Amino acid sequence: MIRTVALTKRYPGPPAGPPGGWGGGPSRAAGSNGAAAVAVDQLDLEVRGGEIFGLLGPNGAGKTTTIGMLTTRVIPTAGEAWVAGIDVVAEPARAKQLIGVVTQTNTLDRSLTVYENLFFHGRYFGMSGHDAKAEANRLLEQFRLGEKAKTDVNALSGGMAQRLMVARSIMHKPAVLFLDEPTAGLDPQSRLSLWATVQELNALGQTILLTTHYMEEADQLCGRVAIMDHGKILALDTPSGLKRSVDADTVVTVAADRDSAQLASVFGALDGVTKTDPIPEGVVVHVRGGRGILPRILQAAEAAGIEVNDLSVAEPTLETVFISLTGKELRD
Amino acid sequence: MTDTTATTFTTEANLAHVRPTREAARRAFVALLLRDLTVLRKELGMFLTRTIMQPFLLLFVFTYVFPKIGQGIGGGGRASEGFSTLLTAGVIGSAMIFQGIQAVALPMVQDFGFTREIEDRVLAPLPIWAVAFEKVAAGAIQAMLAALVVFPLALFVPATAVHLTVRPLYLVTLLPLGALMSASLGLAIGTRVEPRQVSLIFSLLVIPMTFLGCVYYPWANLEPIKWLKIGVLVNPLVYLNEGLRLSLTTGIPHMHAVAIYLVIIGFTAVLLRAGIKGFKKRVLT
Repeated sequence: MIRTVALTKRYPGPPAGPPGGWGGGPSRAAGSNGAAAVAVDQLDLEVRGGEIFGLLGPNGAGKTTTIGMLTTRVIPTAGEAWVAGIDVVAEPARAKQLIGVVTQTNTLDRSLTVYENLFFHGRYFGMSGHDAKAEANRLLEQFRLGEKAKTDVNALSGGMAQRLMVARSIMHKPAVLFLDEPTAGLDPQSRLSLWATVQELNALGQTILLTTHYMEEADQLCGRVAIMDHGKILALDTPSGLKRSVDADTVVTVAADRDSAQLASVFGALDGVTKTDPIPEGVVVHVRGGRGILPRILQAAEAAGIEVNDLSVAEPTLETVFISLTGKELRD
Repeated sequence: MTDTTATTFTTEANLAHVRPTREAARRAFVALLLRDLTVLRKELGMFLTRTIMQPFLLLFVFTYVFPKIGQGIGGGGRASEGFSTLLTAGVIGSAMIFQGIQAVALPMVQDFGFTREIEDRVLAPLPIWAVAFEKVAAGAIQAMLAALVVFPLALFVPATAVHLTVRPLYLVTLLPLGALMSASLGLAIGTRVEPRQVSLIFSLLVIPMTFLGCVYYPWANLEPIKWLKIGVLVNPLVYLNEGLRLSLTTGIPHMHAVAIYLVIIGFTAVLLRAGIKGFKKRVLT
């Protein structure tokens, strides 16, 4: 459904960055050193029909620029991209018929009511007045916005505005729905509700590509996840496959006021520890079949004269995978 | 979401409703225009206020108050009749240029500056240049409406009689051309100005354009100030006003019709090109 070959976007330095809705984050973050910034670097991607595919990575990883290129708004420096078999670079106007987009910023039409936002969107995509009206009303009910139909969009809460953006993006039944950080800035309740919506759309066969820097979101929603950083895909698999790739069944995060490398050498020697990843607060210790690992970590720390500030135990998450691939945390 | 009887999103269903690009673009263009007219209808009061106030006051002071108090321009009698006739074209022309800026440039500056609403319309299935051109088309419609609204003012506000001789063929061709030129100017400005520079649009552009746009005097009368006569030729409003005088009055000198048409078409082409280029630059990276 989506295919890219060596898709590359380089912003001339100092980068102007993509306009607001397209993040600004990627290029600005990547280009803050002033050099020409490679936002997306030789990306090869294949998204299958009917799946929810996630691009997981920190701000500046190139996720938004990737979506920008796939949705005709960012012109690639090199490489090729197809959406539903249409070359998005060569035939942007045709490709636009088949894509639905929810950008990071609120791009609702503030001069129109909630209903009119849907109605006119349908008309832009060639629907007759009759069909656009029927579909707009159906979506208003489906997205629990029926009571707000005649409301000015400026009066919507963040969660409602986001629901309307999603409703609008599927108004014309796109082949692929692009959601760029769809839950960023939403309250927890709206986030859960949006997750449910996304899953239901997918259950009806909607192909979805979403970007996120929330590992729970990628884990919960996505059939497959590509972990992205510095414009490249570092790993691509199902969430469980990615987690299995970490050679550990337990992950212990140790926070201590010591040099990460020193912590790594102290804890890396323990029995059952398969890997250590330094992080700013301390170190992440991967453990497989290590019984009684916590007391042993504390003993080792004490023996080395290390004062442990915090200790947490968890199963491997996508965050663990990300840290072990990049040495950084997702929120960085 | 409760309605699971909704259409499914299979690929075949999606691809079945892909229209030929040209047909999809045509529908999108019409729908965008429809959207702009809907917004215009909703904001009709605002449209009328911003369109009427300036020309009304201008006409009121110069063609009603002045003759009544015997001051200024012509002082009264035949001279002030001549002036109110002369001013008819000028107020219509400036109202059109104003509208090009207010209907196209100002919303666009806001849009690129904060709201980013345009990002959604840019995703409609038509080429980017057509999204920009639609803005010009909608602006041109508003400029023509402005001309229609201001016309009766120019007829009825002056204290002295206004003598018009309408040349329909010129009028029905120059009005839309002038409207397109005004809206194209709006696009060119709107894609280049930052929100904090908006006030400069008025002080550096609109005000000089109107004062030096042959609103209050025919171009030929600038003869004694040769440098000014040549200088104002860069002002598109000059040609619009000269053209409107050609279409509406006799006895007042005006430029040659061919020159008026050629320059208005030329300005429109240049401004439209610059505007579309600016628009693309703002929405594509």
